[in-house]
Order: sequence, then C-alpha cells, then structure tokens
Amino acid sequence: MQGIMYLGGISAIIFIIGIFVFIAKEGLPFLFGAFDLKEFFTSPRWIPTSENNPTYGALALILGTASVTGMAMIVAIPFSLGAAIFIGEFATGKTRETLKILIELLAAIPSVVWGFIGLTIMNGLIIKLFNVPIGLNVLNAGIILGLMAAPIMTTIAEDSLKAVPDKYREAAEAMGATRWQTIRRVVLPAAKNGLVSAVLLGVGRGFGETMAVLMASGHSINIPHSVFDSVRALTATIAAELGETAVGSPHYGALFTLGILLFIITFLINLTADLVVRGIRKK
Amino acid sequence: MPQAPPDAGPDAPSTPPAPPVLEVENLSIRYGDVSALRNVSLSVHEHEIFGIIGPANSGKTSFLKTLNRMDRFESHMRVEGHIRFLGRDVRAWRNVYALRQHIGVVFPLPVGLPLSIYDNVALSPRLRGVTDRRELDVIVERCLTRAALWDEVKDRLDSLGSLLSGGQQQRLTIARALSQDPALLLLDEFSIAVDPVTTMRIEDVLKELRKEMTIIMVTNLVQQARRLADRTAFFLTGDCVEIGRTDDLFEGKVKDPRTYDYILGRFG
Ligand SMILES: Nc1ncnc2c1ncn2[C@@H]1O[C@H](COP(=O)(O)OP(=O)(O)OP(=O)(O)O)[C@@H](O)[C@H]1O
Ligand SMILES: [Mg+2]
Repeated sequence: MQGIMYLGGISAIIFIIGIFVFIAKEGLPFLFGAFDLKEFFTSPRWIPTSENNPTYGALALILGTASVTGMAMIVAIPFSLGAAIFIGEFATGKTRETLKILIELLAAIPSVVWGFIGLTIMNGLIIKLFNVPIGLNVLNAGIILGLMAAPIMTTIAEDSLKAVPDKYREAAEAMGATRWQTIRRVVLPAAKNGLVSAVLLGVGRGFGETMAVLMASGHSINIPHSVFDSVRALTATIAAELGETAVGSPHYGALFTLGILLFIITFLINLTADLVVRGIRKK
Repeated sequence: MPQAPPDAGPDAPSTPPAPPVLEVENLSIRYGDVSALRNVSLSVHEHEIFGIIGPANSGKTSFLKTLNRMDRFESHMRVEGHIRFLGRDVRAWRNVYALRQHIGVVFPLPVGLPLSIYDNVALSPRLRGVTDRRELDVIVERCLTRAALWDEVKDRLDSLGSLLSGGQQQRLTIARALSQDPALLLLDEFSIAVDPVTTMRIEDVLKELRKEMTIIMVTNLVQQARRLADRTAFFLTGDCVEIGRTDDLFEGKVKDPRTYDYILGRFG
C-alpha cells in the first residue's frame, strides 16, 4: 500500500517535471532566438504570421486572460460563497441533497457547451441589454467562465464550512449570536483557509480554461479598456494557432513560450495558495 | 442589572429572600423515548451560587440546555413545563437571541473560538453593537482580568484562542461569558479539563462574581459544590432527589438518604 502511494507520488512529480521539460525544450530555441523579453511583456502586437516582420508581444494576451479571469471571479466568488453558505448552513435534507446534485451536474457540463452558450445566448443578450455592437467580450467570457468555475468553488467552500466543528456554532449561538452573525463572525473566519483555496482554485481554472474562452471572448487582440472589449486569451491563442505552425518555427516556439508563461503563472497561483493557507495556519 | 444587596454573602438565602432570577416548574425533558429529566421544580435566587450534583446521565446538562433554549442543537429534544427567567417565560421571550445574551454558558470542554483571543472576548459586545475600539479594549481587559487570564495573554491577544491550553481556554470561555454581562451564569463541569491550581483560581473568581450575578454550577466534584454553592440540588437519573442548603446536606441533614450516600461517595 505504502509502496503504491510512494510510486504514485514519485510518478506525479516525474510527469510534472517531464511536461515542463517538454514545454521548455520546444520553447527554448525561440527563447534564445527571435525572443525579445521586453517586446514579449510590453507589446500588445502579437503578429507571428507576418512575412517580413513577425512580432511576439504577449501583453494583450496576458491582459486578456487576466481580465476574463478577473471578471469570472467577480461572478463566481459571490455566487459560490452564497451557494456554499446556503447549502452548508441553512439547507437541510432533500433541499440540500438536490442542490448538491445540481451543483455537481453543473460541474459536468463540457466547456464547449459553455462556449456555445456564450457564443449564442449570451452574445445576443449582451448586445440587446447593453446596446453594444458585439457581445463576445470580457463580460461574456467572464460570466461563462465564472459559471464554469463556480461549482467546484462551491464544493470546496462548502467542504470547508462543513469542516468547522458544530461546537463553535453552538458556543456562538449560546452567546446570543443569530445564525447569520454566527456564520459571519465565527464560521467564515474559521473556514478561511478553505475559502481562500477555493478562490485560488477558481483563478487557476480561469487561467487554464481554453475552449469556452476562445468562443465567448471574441478572440481578438485587444488591450481591454472596458468589459465590452473583445480579448484574446493565452490558452485560446495556443489552441487556435498551434495546429497551423511548422514544428520548430519561431511561431511554434513562441506558442510554447506562452505555455511556459502559463505554467509559471499557474505555479505561482498554487504557491500563493499554499503560502496563504500556511500563513493563516501559523497564526 | 440590579445591584447586589449589601448582605449578599454565603448566608444570604436565610435572610429575606431576593426575588428569584430563575423559576422552574415541573420541567421534564425527553429525547425521543428517553426521559432525561422528570418534573423538576426549583428556583434560584439573585446572587446565589446554585450547585447541581449527580452522577453521569442524571440530566444535569440537559437541564442547563433548556434554560437558554439551546435545544435547537438537539433535534429531538422535547421540553415540558415552565421556566421563568427574570419573571418571564423563556418561551415567551420576543427573541431567543436576546435571552441568550443575558445568560452566560461555560461548557464542560472549553470551546475557544478559532478567532484571536481579543476577538473571542470582543465577540459578544460586538454582537450588541459596540464598535468603539477603546470601549472594546476596556471590556476585553476587564473580562480577561476577572477570569484570571489577563496576565498570561496580554502580550498575545492576537493569537488564536483555540490554541491556548485547555485550562487557559476554559478561562477564556469564562471571560467570554462575562463579556456578555450576564444576569445568570451557567457552568457545566467547568473544571473537567482544568488543573487543580487553575480550578482554585477560577473558584475564587466565581466567589467574586456572585456579587454581580447569579450562578448555576453543575459539578461532578461534590467538594466543589461544598466550597462554592449556597444551595445544592442532587439529580439522579432524571429526578431531582433533593434541594437543600449546601451546609445542611454536607452535615447529613438530608431528606433522602441517597443524597448523603452520594455526597460521601458511597454510591453505585
Ligand atoms: N442529544 C441527545 N440525544 C439523546 N439522548 C440524550 C442526548 N443528550 C443526553 N441524552 C440522554 O439524556 C440523559 C441525560 O443526559 P445529560 O447529558 O443531561 O446527563 P448529565 O447529568 O449531564 O451527565 P454527565 O454527568 O455525564 O454530563 C441521558 O440518559 C442521556 O443519554
Ligand atoms: Mg453533563
């Protein structure tokens, strides 16, 4: 048993290192060739297919991913926290079970379906409601992504509320706290580790999601100035362009560099999650 | 809250009786088919320490739980009879939260909330709407001092209350109960997780507190009842066998011989 677990742990580490090595290897020739660090991070011009003067500015892509993820969290945090509090603290019996199943069903919807919803329903809705020319933008992709991230965030948040022992609720209520005061002043602070990791997991989901964002964001290179601007995400760029590049070309390498960037960002998010949770624990 | 009458000492109950803080009439408690308490009637007077002794499963904790209506956490708990607190039926209180604010509770196993020490004690004032930091500071220091904990924690009020030692957590819960400024303090076997020295310190605190509030103390240490309680009730498997002046009971002036047997430890 211990052996199997040991093997699992080791192989997980080997896989991660292997993936990183692979991505790095494909990206390296570009990194030491046409790559210009300053251009990569400060230029919004992502024109890898230009015949005579290809540029590889990833700023717009980075901001595209960041804005969509930010929008998604604005949607998902209140939604998932509210749902978790309702399911964990107020709902009982049948209601609770039904809601939990519903949330799990929501989590099982494939991302292409979400993308389709964004492309059709949400697109029309946004155009009509806000009277804008195009409904495929930060708002659309953010809402779609928020709804996609919410179920898993809800589940984790609810688990962390459930992990708060009842004796704390009992003690607070014995002092005359109402249900709501108990939740706000005792349960939520006690569960904050789990809540923080729920949010960070949602952020990670946001950075990594590809298909739905590709379909709902408009996929056009823009530095977003409002939620009604179309943007292009890092992931979507890789997905859309990788199939059309020659292996080993600068464009190919540039896409892998985007991959390295995503890898690093995801790593940093997880590291932050870890540090935050640890920091709270130490206190 | 009414002031202590000048003569409120250990012998006060024999002098003109203060109005009862708590009157219990024919109280019965059941959990489904299990009867936990049958037909208990008693009253507790202002500034009295009222002790309750009795072996395990005699219904002591269940009794305390009904007083501040904590039956919500016991889904199949059924309560019959009347409980009047400060002259009003506890079931008629406009809102149960206000009732609970007047009644401090200390559980057998200390429950330091997973908040900072400061926030533990400031919680109840905050629930009452106190937001001024200086006012809170004063309350926190006063309650921690009176619970004999201030000196040990004054330099780390920001650390988690749930990380204190058992004995410290118990004093923290007492400080928290005091921060409610309760008229009635319920203590359920408070010394179960506390060392003897700390127990003695808390007992001294309780002797001071009785000047300001009424205390009901469930204890599994009969000598603790002897040291602190003005009157003591003996519960046995759901019956209130006897209520009497503590001094009388411990001198053997009992109506029911089982009481004295229990006091002497000749039981079961
Ligand atoms: N939540 C509950 N559900 C069902 N029965 C219960 C519950 N709590 C207590 N009882 C029963 O009620 C009776 C009285 O229990 P109670 O906890 O009031 O006794 P106690 O005098 O406080 O005992 P101890 O000295 O062990 O704390 C016991 O028979 C017990 O099994
Ligand atoms: Mg008990």
